[in-house]
Amino acid sequence: MSTDLYRWADQLQLGTDIDNPVMPFLRQDRIPHIWCPGCGIGTTVNCFARALTESGLDLDKVAIVSGIGCTGRVAGYMNLDSFHTTHGRAIPFATGLKLANPDLKVVVYSGDGDLFAIGGNHFIHAARRNMDIMVVCVNNFTYGMTGGQVAPTTPLGPSQTTMPYGNFEPSFNLPFLADACGAVYVARWTVYHVKQLAKAMQEGLKKKGFVFIEALSPCPTLYSRRNRLGDGVDQLKYYKEKSVQKNGVDTKELALGFQEEIIVGKFVDRERPTWLESMNEHFSRVLGTRYQPWGVTHAED
Amino acid sequence: MVEKKEVFVQGNIACAEGALYAGCSFFAGYPITPSTEVAEHMSEELPKRGGAFIQMEDEIASSIAIQGAAWAGKKVMTVTSGPGLSLMMEHVGLAAFTETPCVFVDVQRGGPSTGLPTLPGQADMMQVKWGSHGDYEPIALAPNSPQECFDLMIKAFNLAEIYRVPVFFMMDEVVGHMTERVQIPPAEEIQVVERRWSSKPPGQYRPYEVGEDLVPDMVKAGDGYRIHITGLTHDERGYPAMNPTAHDRLVRRIHEKIRRHADALVDIREDGIEGAEVAVVSFGITSRVAAAAVELARQRGLKVGHLRLIITWPFPGRRIAEVARHVKGIVVPELNMGQVVLEVERAVAGRVPVHSVPHAGGTVHEPEVILEKILEAAR
Ligand SMILES: Cc1ncc(C[n+]2csc(CCOP(=O)(O)OP(=O)(O)O)c2C)c(N)n1
Ligand code: SF4
Ligand SMILES: [Mg+2]
Repeated sequence: MSTDLYRWADQLQLGTDIDNPVMPFLRQDRIPHIWCPGCGIGTTVNCFARALTESGLDLDKVAIVSGIGCTGRVAGYMNLDSFHTTHGRAIPFATGLKLANPDLKVVVYSGDGDLFAIGGNHFIHAARRNMDIMVVCVNNFTYGMTGGQVAPTTPLGPSQTTMPYGNFEPSFNLPFLADACGAVYVARWTVYHVKQLAKAMQEGLKKKGFVFIEALSPCPTLYSRRNRLGDGVDQLKYYKEKSVQKNGVDTKELALGFQEEIIVGKFVDRERPTWLESMNEHFSRVLGTRYQPWGVTHAED
Repeated sequence: MVEKKEVFVQGNIACAEGALYAGCSFFAGYPITPSTEVAEHMSEELPKRGGAFIQMEDEIASSIAIQGAAWAGKKVMTVTSGPGLSLMMEHVGLAAFTETPCVFVDVQRGGPSTGLPTLPGQADMMQVKWGSHGDYEPIALAPNSPQECFDLMIKAFNLAEIYRVPVFFMMDEVVGHMTERVQIPPAEEIQVVERRWSSKPPGQYRPYEVGEDLVPDMVKAGDGYRIHITGLTHDERGYPAMNPTAHDRLVRRIHEKIRRHADALVDIREDGIEGAEVAVVSFGITSRVAAAAVELARQRGLKVGHLRLIITWPFPGRRIAEVARHVKGIVVPELNMGQVVLEVERAVAGRVPVHSVPHAGGTVHEPEVILEKILEAAR
């Protein structure tokens, strides 16, 4: 391991350094955070904070919603209107929040287990409806919060506390799932790709409709240790060496194997009317003046 | 003076209209017999009355989508029946703990499981009282007619706003589907309680700071307050507080905010309790059958009083205990195997016999069955 990579990884950690440009985006009275040393979640938060700065959005109009898990704690650290809901249900909460105030930019930030096991049904329906929310999934291939059980994203092979003999269940290819369900923007990056991840989040914040960003992230405490993959930096090294950028590639190609090649990039960027736009357009046509447009003045800008 | 509007509608429609008059502007739900007409009516009316409707992918989603909308400032509701109610339970606890005003309508059918989808029951009473894990104090109301579906739905919304709790509206298949005359007063005569908005500016506002009445004032997302709301145990700032002291303070307060107002939350329609030998305690559809039974008993010369519970939770234990001091016995008919009767027994505390009149549901009681118990209680 090069010391360079160590130093660099250090910088990526969500620090407590007051001069850190990310600090204004955090609830400083809640720092230090709960995440383990070497965990990638803080790095994604760093990227998210950068994306918020670059986006130029009025932060009073950005709300973040999380489910439950290590990643689920992100909402609690962001200095935004923030909601830490129930396991798997951040998306339907966000749906209500967004529909009730279309002025808000609503971001769902949660873990792979939360969004795709218990919350999978909500994900596919929100994507199908093209609900105008951005979903960031921190995929660490495991259930971090509960101690490293198998997740619907765990590749074939590695051991998990509830797959002690190695995982034999096929896993989701998340970008393919999002694409098939109708997401208008789909990207995957790792926490090694901080610039690209921040850029994707920035694009996602600007995009209207259902945005899905998968961020591969190490869980050194559980997943890596159990499978003898070293620490957080070793996982960064894996991301660095095994990642191949293929923008626009068919999402079918994006399945992940254990410590195998990772295809990263932006795979989908298309236009489709959002749920609110469809509703307003439809009711205006069918009901005419009897329709009292809902959030329409805001939905347009 | 503006005339009252009179319509002939089923209870489910009256319930939806009550919600609209109460200011409900966001509905999320999932179809289930015998509640579906409520959702259908909302889907037809909300677009024309300045609201939004969405049919979610299931009841789990519905019961939390409304909470997202509540935190964006809307008055919200969902509707379901037994199987859907079971799915909503985790989010009842979320609403109770985060103090999110919302109304859950339960048009009860025969259970458990899929049970009798098209026939009545009242067997979800204890589920709404205790169904989510942990301790909390919900409010529940039980209408017995389409008119009450309208009137009490407004009250249900008002109570949700005043106390910031999940409020359950406990209908049943018969009340939901019976068609009767409903008088709708002019809007300006309807008393609607608005949200307890905080007047504090961002920076000074703390989401769970309370005054005398123990209910915190609210703000909404998008107004610059940068609130944090969590289902974890939290402090006044809304921040997670993982310790027994904070937990004790919060759990006690969400009970105390209801218990301290127990007297204001008594709503009983009483008939002939003065001088009665026997009292009948009933609620919802069963109260109509019970009233018939009481009448039969009176025709036989018995002095029978009737207490019809409009608000079942919190349970009006003090009033029931008072009544128990003056009667020989209390009769409690309900379309379940004996749920609310447990609370009656607790309040009566052995002073007089309490006679349960259970019924598994699927139809209402025969008045004669209730009459028989009244006669037994009078002996
Ligand atoms: C209804 C419910 N079931 C189970 C749990 C326990 N639980 C908490 S977090 C979690 C998994 C989290 O995994 P993931 O979403 O991948 O987040 P990570 O911790 O890995 O960031 C589980 C099963 C819960 N809180 N609620
Ligand atoms: S357990 Fe894993 S995912 Fe959770 S904070 Fe620690 S390293 Fe991160
Ligand atoms: Mg995970």
